[in-house]
Amino acid sequence: MTARALKTAGLVERHAPLAIAGLILFLPLIAIDPGTWMVLAIAGLAMGMMIFLMASGLTLVFGLMDVLNFAHGAFVAVGAYLATGLLAPGGPFHDMLGISLLGDVGAMLLSILVACVVAGILGLAFERIIVRRVYGAHLRQILITVGGLIVAEQLITVIWGPDPIPLPKPETLRGSIFFGDIAVERYRLVACVLGLVAYIGMHFALNRTRIGLLVRAGVENREMVEALGYKVRRLFVGVFVAGTALAASGGVMWALYQELVTVHIGADVMILVFIVVIIGGLGSVGGCFLGALLVGLTANFMGYLAPTLALGSNILLMVAVLLWRPRGLYPATKN
Amino acid sequence: MLNWIISGDHPRSRILTIVLLVVLLGLAFAPFVFPGTRSLAVAARICVLIVLVASYDILLGYTGIVSFAHTMFFGIGAYGVAISLNALGPSWGAVGLGTVAGVLLSIVVAAVIGLLSLRVRAIFFSMITLAVASFFLILASQLSWLTGGEDGMSFSIPRLLSPAYRLVDGEVLGQKINGRIIGYYLVFFVSLFLFLFMLRVVNSPFGRVLQAIRENDFRAEALGNRVVIYRTAASCLVAALAALAGVLNALWLRYTGPDATLSFAIMLDVLLMVVIGGMGTLYGAVIGVVILSLAQFYLQDLMGSASEALAGIPILPELIAADRWMLWLGILFVLSVYFFPSGIVGKLRER
Repeated sequence: MTARALKTAGLVERHAPLAIAGLILFLPLIAIDPGTWMVLAIAGLAMGMMIFLMASGLTLVFGLMDVLNFAHGAFVAVGAYLATGLLAPGGPFHDMLGISLLGDVGAMLLSILVACVVAGILGLAFERIIVRRVYGAHLRQILITVGGLIVAEQLITVIWGPDPIPLPKPETLRGSIFFGDIAVERYRLVACVLGLVAYIGMHFALNRTRIGLLVRAGVENREMVEALGYKVRRLFVGVFVAGTALAASGGVMWALYQELVTVHIGADVMILVFIVVIIGGLGSVGGCFLGALLVGLTANFMGYLAPTLALGSNILLMVAVLLWRPRGLYPATKN
Repeated sequence: MLNWIISGDHPRSRILTIVLLVVLLGLAFAPFVFPGTRSLAVAARICVLIVLVASYDILLGYTGIVSFAHTMFFGIGAYGVAISLNALGPSWGAVGLGTVAGVLLSIVVAAVIGLLSLRVRAIFFSMITLAVASFFLILASQLSWLTGGEDGMSFSIPRLLSPAYRLVDGEVLGQKINGRIIGYYLVFFVSLFLFLFMLRVVNSPFGRVLQAIRENDFRAEALGNRVVIYRTAASCLVAALAALAGVLNALWLRYTGPDATLSFAIMLDVLLMVVIGGMGTLYGAVIGVVILSLAQFYLQDLMGSASEALAGIPILPELIAADRWMLWLGILFVLSVYFFPSGIVGKLRER
């Protein structure tokens, strides 16, 4: 093959998933009128952004240290339950609610911040006590983290009780904004913006900072980074903590989106998170972002076009992607 | 003879042998030794679970891959029989048809999942099975015209198994031999046969290859074994066995529902039973099932009363309330993965 052909092949390899994503985004325009399409697209993007927040930590942790954390959903649940405590009447941020848009968004951001800190500390403890001893052994990792998930869910029930807790959205984030005929839910816009900010922040941290460089190098070839004298283990603990914090922030947003927090909120959303991580390619943040958007868009378009198929649409999407690329859209280069 | 029946796989521990004999005799004479509907239900549940958990152990303990879809196959078997009996009426033909359909569907689904995910990495398999299993759970609760939705479906079973049927007039050993007892013995003997069949499988050359894959899949491949084929074959085999366990469960309960067969809670129970009993030995499955089932049925009562006795102290009664027994099992599970990964059977064999 000539160098030119190789280059073309590489470009196709890299951009084909983007083309597919564009197809999924714009193809429904044939069947849906533009106003409805816009609403569904923003709903899909908002859902995708929230799932991305939860999935990104999982995929990075896997890419860097080959640890698949099945207890990730527990941190999502911790974030969701913390939000109920912080934003409910009597909670520290409740008084900020209902005055202005700024106050509502501020209260939400502060809740996310608190949830991140708490989940980060819990994540640190979880890594030190539970995960640290089972590096390198996949089978035991899965078993241990599933055990951690069971214990965490039970402890959440002990602390917050078994009944679902309602968590209404703040007043100014309810309802829709109208652009002409198109009504867009405000919360979805906020979720889109926050998710995008998180993605850009992460992209910047991974591609423009020294730590990001080391993380990416660690994903590609851990031994080499260690041989150069860097402590990948310590780096990993940081990534693990960041991942759990991101999971909790996603949990806060997801809880406000659902407006009801149940014990299984983490486990339920983990199914979507796993699908996203598989579609994106284990270990890749970019793939995870694209995968999350694909899953969000597919769920919303299919829910409108063919509600009976909507249930399985994400599974079908996953199967289709795996048939096309068995390692996901953008697999991390490590074998 | 005995050696042939158990495929040369001896318990290799005196205590284990005694416990297994007690379990076998207890289950064989359950209707006479432990009369009462609740104990018979516990005994039947133990029989079914032994098949389910032992088949899961072939995947987890022998082959070293984690599936979260095992109860999905259990559910497919149960729903197969339930739908067939509902549509065709209570005949043995319907039972046969439902069983064959359920087993075949399970094998096909397992093969598709396996070929899709096992050729990449075994860890994909865990995540994909989780997703597919949740898909089936949603499917079962949404397609209510077919599956009865959230409520599940009750159905009538062949007359031979109904409580009104009498095999002999009068009593044998103080028990009326009615359809329930016949049903129990159907469950017991089929389970026993399937268990012995599984012993045969894991001690065959096929089973040895599975263990080789668990120990070092790269080396197993280098020795000329197609690892993907073996892994997929193992997951198809255990899917069929789980479906058969589902059939037994449905026939015994005369009911099938999402919570009774497909839910993630049962999957976790199965996982806990395998690991606590001892991975990589089918006898571990028996021990795990018996201990955890007895605990589930009887320890919960004990925890409930202990919790009431401690009322007034903060948090503590919450921690040992009857509903919180999964908390303690979860902790026990984590500790056992750390400190005795070979489970109870492994500990017994060390002595």
